Amino acid sequence: MTDTLPQVRTTDPDHLAAGAPLVLAERVEKHFGPLKVLKGIDIAVPKGEVLCIIGPSGSGKSTFLRCINQLERIDGGALWVSGERVGYHREGNKLYELDDKAIARQRRSIGMVFQRFNLFPHLTALQNIIEGPVQVLREPATDATKRALALLERVGLADKRDAYPSQLSGGQQQRVAIARSLAMRPELLLFDEPTSALDPELVSEVLKVMRDLAETGMTMICVTHELGFARDVGHRVAFMDQGQIVELGDPRTVLTDPREARTRAFINAVRH
Amino acid sequence: MTAETENLIIVPRRHFGRIIGAAIVCIALAAIVRAFAVGQIEWDYVAEFLTVPAILTGLVNTIVMAILAMVLGITLGVVFAVMRLSANPVLSNTAIGYIWFFRAVPALLQLLLWFNLALVFPTLGIPGLFSFKTVEVMTPFVAALLGLGIQQGAFTAEVVRAGLLSVDNGQYEAAQTLGMTRLQLLRRIIMPQAMRVIVPPIGNEFIGMVKLTSLASVIQFAEILHSAQNIYYANSRVIELLIVAAIWYLVVVTVLSLIQGRIEAYYARGVAAPAQR
Repeated sequence: MTDTLPQVRTTDPDHLAAGAPLVLAERVEKHFGPLKVLKGIDIAVPKGEVLCIIGPSGSGKSTFLRCINQLERIDGGALWVSGERVGYHREGNKLYELDDKAIARQRRSIGMVFQRFNLFPHLTALQNIIEGPVQVLREPATDATKRALALLERVGLADKRDAYPSQLSGGQQQRVAIARSLAMRPELLLFDEPTSALDPELVSEVLKVMRDLAETGMTMICVTHELGFARDVGHRVAFMDQGQIVELGDPRTVLTDPREARTRAFINAVRH
Repeated sequence: MTAETENLIIVPRRHFGRIIGAAIVCIALAAIVRAFAVGQIEWDYVAEFLTVPAILTGLVNTIVMAILAMVLGITLGVVFAVMRLSANPVLSNTAIGYIWFFRAVPALLQLLLWFNLALVFPTLGIPGLFSFKTVEVMTPFVAALLGLGIQQGAFTAEVVRAGLLSVDNGQYEAAQTLGMTRLQLLRRIIMPQAMRVIVPPIGNEFIGMVKLTSLASVIQFAEILHSAQNIYYANSRVIELLIVAAIWYLVVVTVLSLIQGRIEAYYARGVAAPAQR
């Protein structure tokens, strides 16, 4: 797997030079009690890349995603996003845990789209989208609304601005959720199985929005079971199993001619 | 459809059971109304005392005490609910202890304890800085407010905790992902959703509190029942004055129920919206 890893092994990645990867993970570990969910993840995601992570359930792919924006705290190794160490502040040889405010600040530039949408049910589609910009970025409501309407247009839901989430279909909710994360002007978007909770006929409308997004050069890490999407849109595909990246590389190679037996078994199982 | 079906007349089914039941209830109601009309009640006195100053003052005291005790109760309830959900065992166990104690001891007993606090602590204050004589501080008003508010906090803490737990974990995560701090997330995302679960029981408790203030009559707080009693000790119109107090309780509770309905409708937006439109 190391042959496809970009060679970025600086001794002090806290001060990364330009052109460095947007996300850098080094030997990232995560334990839930005695269970090791991540057993040393190494990966570098350059700016503008669409990385798709596939793998069986329980392989740790969602956990890795959640570590990137600190919904989970890592138990070993290190993570950097935009050259900034995730969750810690380094002084000399000491790492200080960040406080609530600093963690919140680090999360701002990372958007996340959830499997179960997690729209705020007490707010309309428009209010869901402007909540972050107005409350967190302190943007004037009129500017935020203008941008939100443009985003709704972009995901094809301009007419749903005043609908509550409960009045929208799953696919529509997920598109609003994507617009909501885009409203924060993120540098990185994380997708955690964004189509897994959708009825089959609604999957394509969400994938289309993601496809369009990828074409704008957005850096995306997508945990997905949509192998077709991974092949067509992904720049690289990582196959994870039992807390490790088993295979990483060009989508066509990984998905059609994988080197590892485990990858091949998984892909065959998904296809049939 | 054929001509035959068009000309048929539908005869509605007769619900004889219901008709008989309704008749019995009507007779019973009429008997009750008649009993009170011809009973030993001077309705003129009821009308006269309904608006005398002593009763109205008592009414205001009842309302003020109910509101202040609820404010104290809700404040304590939110604080202890958040403490109870804290990962710190000192905080969560303190909250559990508070809820355990003040839910278990009867409200009337608590009122008497607060009112008689001077027997335990003759003076209150911080040694060397200031001190008060407890009997001077612990007036019926203060004793009633502390007694009612603090026991209410124990009940409200459980209601608020249930509300916070009712909000899906994904809501916390989505709000965190937007870069909200803990306080922003609770205020903007979690509490508005928890309120939908919290408001109905709190409205219920508010109504309970209006009536619970009557307990404060035993520690000489001049709420409406205490005022009514003072008057009937003088003029012996016991039933008339009790009816006066009952009428005012009915009025206050009715108004509260209407307000509660409005608040519930507000927090149900988004959830109830599809059904209403």
